[in-house]
Amino acid sequence: MSMPLSLRAAAPRPRPGLWIGATLAALAAWFALYWQLEGFSGWLVGLLPITPGTHLDEAVRFFAFDTPKVLMLLALVVFAMGVVRSFFSPAHTRALLAGRREGVGNVAAAVLGVFTPFCSCSAVPLFVGFVSAGVPLGVTFSFLVAAPMVNEVALGLLFALVGWRVAVTYLVFGLGLAMVSGWVIGRLHLESWLEEWVRNVRATAADLPPERLSVIDRIRAGLEAMRDIVGRVWVWLIVGIAAGAFIHGYVPAELLAAIMGRGEWWAVPAVVLLGVPMYSNAAGIIPVVEALLGKGVALGTVLAFMMSVIALSAPEMIILRKVLTLRLIAVFAGVVACGIVAVGYLFNALFV
Amino acid sequence: MKTVKILGSGCKRCLATAEMARQEAARLGVPIALEKVTDMAEIASYGLAATPGVVVDGKVVHAGGLTKPEEWAKWLAD
Repeated sequence: MSMPLSLRAAAPRPRPGLWIGATLAALAAWFALYWQLEGFSGWLVGLLPITPGTHLDEAVRFFAFDTPKVLMLLALVVFAMGVVRSFFSPAHTRALLAGRREGVGNVAAAVLGVFTPFCSCSAVPLFVGFVSAGVPLGVTFSFLVAAPMVNEVALGLLFALVGWRVAVTYLVFGLGLAMVSGWVIGRLHLESWLEEWVRNVRATAADLPPERLSVIDRIRAGLEAMRDIVGRVWVWLIVGIAAGAFIHGYVPAELLAAIMGRGEWWAVPAVVLLGVPMYSNAAGIIPVVEALLGKGVALGTVLAFMMSVIALSAPEMIILRKVLTLRLIAVFAGVVACGIVAVGYLFNALFV
Repeated sequence: MKTVKILGSGCKRCLATAEMARQEAARLGVPIALEKVTDMAEIASYGLAATPGVVVDGKVVHAGGLTKPEEWAKWLAD
């Protein structure tokens, strides 16, 4: 993937053909490397002086194979999503959602939340920008729930580590949760619970000329996203995989299954309560999810934990406190947490 | 003299954008008065949906994501 970067310095004139060619070549190299990975990492671990079949051996194998595998998949998914996201912008999404009815608006907001470039440092201007431009409050919340929760890092890692079925279910239920919780908040008509200055913002949407992006710009956007996200996330990922490797090798399955197994009705609300204040990137939590599943923990319980960690967190609420009154934050967190508990129970009932 | 405002909460990208404004203005030889706007109500009043935003002489020219050197040449030209 480093090839296009070095080409940029060498070529003074933009040559789209070259960029597309280099991207395709990099993709081919990616797939070739990926298929060889398991054999290679197995061979590498085999060289270490570890007795095969021991706890340590199991943990090391998990770590040595999963780390490069997951990093590679993450790089690919983030690159692809970076290219796709270059077709969307917050301003465009806002224009699409402004004045939209509730219901349809909630559905559109949740879906757009997945594709619109969003960074948590932009959450406040985005929130105020949406609300002041006439996007209904509940629709704005649908966006705000979906954007951090249903993202390419979470979906890509679930796909890589747990399988496509769980990834697709997470996508569907994540979107559903964003739609329904936003709709519920909209029905409660809590506009007066916004901070006063937010209600007083009178702004017309800034009139920017539409950006014209070339193919090269879009590939660059993908590379930029890859550099940025993989650069931020890899530490989380390695910590997560190390924790997962520890669970794999050492934590007895009976213990976890007893605490978080399907039989325990209180397990779902308990893990959600535990997860809400916690903050971790999807990259840190999913390897743990994978290891927990391997130990017989119920899927719905694990997913509820994961959703509550990713979708709701103390740092996010502190950021939102600038625009929302405490009462509104409490309603927001309460509605989303209840939704996650419902998703957890539903999952446990569906996937027996 | 051009007035350049960088709108943003002080995140990494906002700082990078302010830095680029300074560099590009120096490179192009355009004198600018650079101001970082961090007050959320003021940022919102410009009608942005994403930060960092760039306002040159009172006009929003950029919202969200990093800026490119070529863009600065255009914004600071006239």
